[in-house]
Amino acid sequence: MSVLVFAESLTGSIKKVAQEAVAYGYQAAKAMGTECFALTIGKAEGAAELGKIGATKVYNVAASNDFDAQVYASIIAQAAEQLGASLIVFAHSSSGKSLAGRLAARFDGGLASAVISLPTVSGSNIVVRKSVFSGKAFANYELSGAKNVVTIAANTFRPEAVAADAIVETLSISANAGRVKVKSVNTVTGVVPLPEADMVVSAGRGMKGPENWGIVEELATVLGATTACSRPVADVHWRPHHEHVGQTGVAIRPTLYIAIGISGAIQHLAGVNQSKVIVVINNDPEAPFFKAADYGIVGDLFDVVPKMTEAIRKLKAQN
Amino acid sequence: MKILVCISQTPDTTAKIKFNAEQTQLDANGVQFIMNPYDEWYALVRAIELKEQLGGEVTVIHVGTVANDPTIRKALAIGADNAVRVDSEASSSLFTAKQIAAYAKGENFDIVFFGKETIDYNGSEVPAMVSELLDLPYISYGTEMTVAGNIATISRDIEGGKETVELATPFVISAAKGMAEQRIPNMKGIMMSKTKPIKVVPATANVNTSNIVKYEYPAEKKGCKMISADNIDELVSLLHNEAKVI
Ligand SMILES: Cc1cc2nc3c(=O)[nH]c(=O)nc-3n(C[C@H](O)[C@H](O)[C@H](O)COP(=O)(O)OP(=O)(O)OC[C@H]3O[C@@H](n4cnc5c(N)ncnc54)[C@H](O)[C@@H]3O)c2cc1C
Repeated sequence: MSVLVFAESLTGSIKKVAQEAVAYGYQAAKAMGTECFALTIGKAEGAAELGKIGATKVYNVAASNDFDAQVYASIIAQAAEQLGASLIVFAHSSSGKSLAGRLAARFDGGLASAVISLPTVSGSNIVVRKSVFSGKAFANYELSGAKNVVTIAANTFRPEAVAADAIVETLSISANAGRVKVKSVNTVTGVVPLPEADMVVSAGRGMKGPENWGIVEELATVLGATTACSRPVADVHWRPHHEHVGQTGVAIRPTLYIAIGISGAIQHLAGVNQSKVIVVINNDPEAPFFKAADYGIVGDLFDVVPKMTEAIRKLKAQN
Repeated sequence: MKILVCISQTPDTTAKIKFNAEQTQLDANGVQFIMNPYDEWYALVRAIELKEQLGGEVTVIHVGTVANDPTIRKALAIGADNAVRVDSEASSSLFTAKQIAAYAKGENFDIVFFGKETIDYNGSEVPAMVSELLDLPYISYGTEMTVAGNIATISRDIEGGKETVELATPFVISAAKGMAEQRIPNMKGIMMSKTKPIKVVPATANVNTSNIVKYEYPAEKKGCKMISADNIDELVSLLHNEAKVI
């Protein structure tokens, strides 16, 4: 028995979501009385360091870094057989979501996605928890396959140093030729992608126009936060589509979410209400967002946001 | 182009969510159910557009009981040609995927379409499962797709941007915002949908390895601490000292 974590490295290096998956795998393995192995595919800079955060062994399979779910699923399935995995862990990322269902189908395994709890062991089964119905409830899933699969919510399980770097061993599994040709990859550089961001500064229609976003960006910069927006703002192209959060956009769980000039419609909240701390800035005291917030300021955002940036800059200078 | 669109039914986002006393089951009383928006707006509409452009036919499949027929009728009213209902509660993702795969296996669809996820459980599980069961490539979160001959060029959402891929049919795809725009069924569509048959097939393969054993309600929010707009320093200090997030 073992816990096998797929540590994704689509860009050639191990990212935060993969480290979080290993951190989860380490804790899960402890709860299940077994060990945690990490599997990397293709080029994976930083793979050895996964040992430090709890993978007793780190394996690599030689293959292309171009993602093809069919090819990757076959590799991971073979590794899971070879390594006797009873739990397979993925990040709840675009590749993790494409793979988890494939593995569960292949093994008739139980599957729970975007889980927010470590497994509790119940006989030979495990129970994990996730948020459902737009954050209006949690569901506890009992997984009873011989090999179960989970994807884990981002920003929920923090990697901690528990051991030393591992030696990366090659696992000899041959990858099939895939049918998907990756033509191009265009991602923002220099900022943390939204699903992984620990702090998010988000703005909505209250901004009046795209030319006013400077104050939002400045606040994000002093915090080291990623910017996001409400749907109407992306719909009219004030901001790029990948910044759109909510039910139809990206769902996030940052530590801090600052909502500026966003009313707080249920469809918006569905994507952000799992944030740890929510700050709302709105000039309408009746804005529904205040009901979902931890801290609120009723005021004109054009006045409040620059002042907030200044105050944080002062704080950072003192510390 | 022979296209299968898999449609699911979910509570409306605005629905009040309650459970039975044991908190093991959704209390459907008073809950408004709708076709999962991503299945409807993106997958179904794009499938119909492709049919209009390239010829062929669009079949919708739904795993559910007769009570869900209105959702299937709506898909027919929007423009699907055929409908199949697997006559069983969709008890888990894998159960549902197995029913869809069992039906699709003999039918040689060029494209099997899904919405990116459902708005109730947001797992994005069934499309990946079906692709594995049919041994097909799977492109998730597609936001644009053009088809020329049997070659599709697809943009998909990835973390912080987009990826563009190319592949030949057959394949499985899940559709996200950008793939198509919502279509409101017109009178003619609604009339026609009433006469189109819904083929009912029994559930086949069974599997039972994921079970929701208990639902829980989230803890009440503590309430929002209001800070005066003239005292931003206090907000920053609370975020630093009390919430400890900056
Ligand atoms: C099926 C469906 C799916 C949807 N999915 C999403 C989704 O994924 N994400 C999403 O965001 N929305 C989604 N929506 C839309 C959602 O219902 C809201 O319409 C949207 O979130 C509103 O965006 P907003 O808050 O930016 O704009 P508004 O609702 O127009 O709010 C603007 C806010 O700014 C405040 N404001 C104005 N001027 C100032 C000022 N000077 N200073 C301070 N505050 C000011 C106003 O008081 C107001 O509260 C969806 C809707 C549907 C029906």
